[in-house]
This record gives sequence, structure tokens and C-alpha cells, in this order.
Amino acid sequence: MMTCDEAEILIHALADGELDAGHAREVEAHVANCPRCASEFAAINEMKRALAGTDLIYKAPAALRQRIEAELPPAQPSNVTPLAGAPSRRSLLKGFAIGSAVSALAATGLVAIVLRNDDQQRIEAEIVSAHLRSLQAGHLTDVVSTDQHTVKPWFNGKLDVAPPVIDLTAQGFTLVGGRLDYVDARAIGAVVYRRRQHVINLFVAQTSSTERRAAKLDTLQGFNIRSWRDRGLSYWAVSDINVEELNEFGERFERAMGGSS
Amino acid sequence: MPPSPDDSERARRFREAALPCLDDVYTLARYLLRNPADAEDAVQECYLRALKHFDTYRGPAMKPWLFAILRNVCHAEFARRAVAPVKALDDAPEAVEQAPIWQEIAETPEGAVLRERNASAIQRMIETLAEPFRETFVLREINNLSYREIAEAAGVPVGTVMSRLARARAMLRAAWLAQEEPQ
Repeated sequence: MMTCDEAEILIHALADGELDAGHAREVEAHVANCPRCASEFAAINEMKRALAGTDLIYKAPAALRQRIEAELPPAQPSNVTPLAGAPSRRSLLKGFAIGSAVSALAATGLVAIVLRNDDQQRIEAEIVSAHLRSLQAGHLTDVVSTDQHTVKPWFNGKLDVAPPVIDLTAQGFTLVGGRLDYVDARAIGAVVYRRRQHVINLFVAQTSSTERRAAKLDTLQGFNIRSWRDRGLSYWAVSDINVEELNEFGERFERAMGGSS
Repeated sequence: MPPSPDDSERARRFREAALPCLDDVYTLARYLLRNPADAEDAVQECYLRALKHFDTYRGPAMKPWLFAILRNVCHAEFARRAVAPVKALDDAPEAVEQAPIWQEIAETPEGAVLRERNASAIQRMIETLAEPFRETFVLREINNLSYREIAEAAGVPVGTVMSRLARARAMLRAAWLAQEEPQ
């Protein structure tokens, strides 16, 4: 049974349509039986409605738009006639119109509530699925090599940022190869290691934050996950090896990264 | 010198992806910096940096990426303004709980303007929220970002986004009610 303390923050997520179906039902059930949380929920929705009905956007001044446009290299080579440029201009304007219509819809809450997992959990679930996929015959590696100088260049051109590839053979983790994978609707690099008969997939994705985030250990569907963030890259090491060994893998990797720069 | 085909192709992609977000980026800048001239400068700088780093952009969502850049630009602006102590954007939630609700004294003009509760009155109320709450609130309610996108743009965990948003709404509601009282 959900308590008011638990519901306090979750009713905001409910009002924002951010809860997955299970949590939404739980919070709704609590709100239905708790007058205090029900009035809180009503107040949140009332405020959201009032805000949605008010234009709180600051329109960018035309002069600012022109200054930014002027900084951009010309979109078309100069030998193209102005006529050819016109449609793209129009399609840009169309983009604006659609954009604001969608925003208005989203703001009034008419858009269907998106049911989804918690962010971290969802990505970790995708990481584990990708790990499981990779274990099927023939799916583990796109490039097979125990040589980091073969694996790393293979990623170049396939991803905007090639994942760091580090040879940890001397530390007991054999580099097997690399693979392109898809997680969170993005292409992502996976570097594959082996420890005895166990596979370790190290997923590496670029992140907008350059803030370092210390390692976190999780278990999902029987797999251990060690995730951390460093120098603008997010890492997830996934394996069925025990958590101590996976942690050792991550520590050795991080140490090698630290030493290499 | 005419631009190379690569450059103009890149510029075209950048235009199509980034320019439709201009009002959103400018809006966030206005709420963060609370000053039109500074906001314009920050947005221009943001777009310059975005163009420069466009090669490292990986979809799908353009807005959180631009917002993250804008945020860095605003950070620099806050540092420049260091004359008056300004709270860092990344303050731990615990520290934030101790922060005064109003970062500055709300200039509340007399009479009808406020009671009308029109757009500019609401904008002013939002602007009185302390930094991390204001940012989260604007990203959610005005820029329409999902919790996940806010977390990405602001570089904080989703749980922090949720608690900041709850606090922001509580503070805003208090201001809202206080304003209704004269009636």
C-alpha cells in the first residue's frame, strides 16, 4: 500500500504522464482513497491547466534570428538559383507551425500518456536485452580481434565518437572484438571482453554531460551491470560473472583510461 | 571563398535541426538569465557552440542537447556576474532545501496587472523561483521536456528532476495564492 510520503512526488509524475502503467495505477489508487493527496493532485492539474492556457514562451527577436543566420555558412552554394532555396525556407516555417501545435497539445495534456519505465531502469533493461542478443550465435562481434589497434579504428566512421578500446588481457579480461548495437534508439558501441567462458559487453555511449559519475552496481534479470560516466561518455559493463569480478573489470578499465590520458 | 559542399550540407542539416528550436532556447535563456540582452547573447553563443560541435550531436532529441549547451553558456555568464553570489546550478538537493524560497525580492507591482494573472505576471512569478527549481520548472512546463530529457539537459538524475519539480510547484502555488489574497 502506498503511503502519502511515497505519493507526494509520484503524483507530479502522474500529472505529467511520466509514470508507467503499473505505477500510474498504484498512485491513482492512492489518490482515490486519500483526500489530502487527491486535493494536491487536483491543485497540480489546475496549475498545469492554467499554465497551458497562457503563452509563456518568449519569442526570439527577429534580429537575434538574423544574427544567428548570418553566422551560419550559406546553406546553398551560390550558383543555385534563389528559387531552389525557397522551398526549404517554407518547410522550415512549416516545422515551426507543427512544432507549436505539438507543444500546445502536449501542454494541454491531450497527448496520450506515455507509459514507460523509469529512465535508468529502462536503459538498463535495454542494455541487458542487447547483451542477451549478443550471446546468440553469430551476434557477439562485428569485428573480431584481440588487438585494440584493430578494434578501435573499426568503430571510426560508424559512430560519432569511437568508444575507447583497452586491452586488459594482462589483467585477465581478454579483448574479443567490437560490435555496433542499438540502445535507447541510438547506435552505440559495444566492446566485447571474455573472462574464462563468460562474456562481458562494455557498452559506451556519448552523453551531454561531462560530469563524472562514480560507478554504480546493479543486477537485472540475473545479470550484473556496472555503470559509470567519465569525460562525456556513459559506460555499462554487463555480464553474468559475479559482481566482484565485474567491479574489478570496471576498476581496471577506469584505471587504464586514467593512465592513458 | 565559397563554402565546400560538405560545409553547406552540414549547415543545412544544422539549420533544419537547430533553428526550429530557437524560440525554445531563447525562452529558457530568458528565464535563466532574467534579462533580454543577456539572453540574446547567450542564445547566440549557444548556437555558435552548437554549430561547432554539431558533428558530435547524436539524435534523436535536439532540444535537450541545445539546452545543455545553453546551460553551460549561462554558467559562464553567472560566473561573470559573480559580483552577487549566485547559487550554482548543480547544488545538491539537500543544500537546495536550505535555500531561501525567493532568490530575490519579488517586485510586485500594484493592482490589476498582477490580479489579472496574465502571461507576464506568471512569467514574473516563475522568475522569482530559485535557480534549480526555476530551470526544472521551465524545462517541464514551458519547454515541454520529458523528465528524462530534463535530466539529460541538466545533467542530474531523474529523481532530482522529480523532487525539484515538486518543490517548484509548491513554491509557485504559494506565490500564486499570496497574489490572490488582495481580492
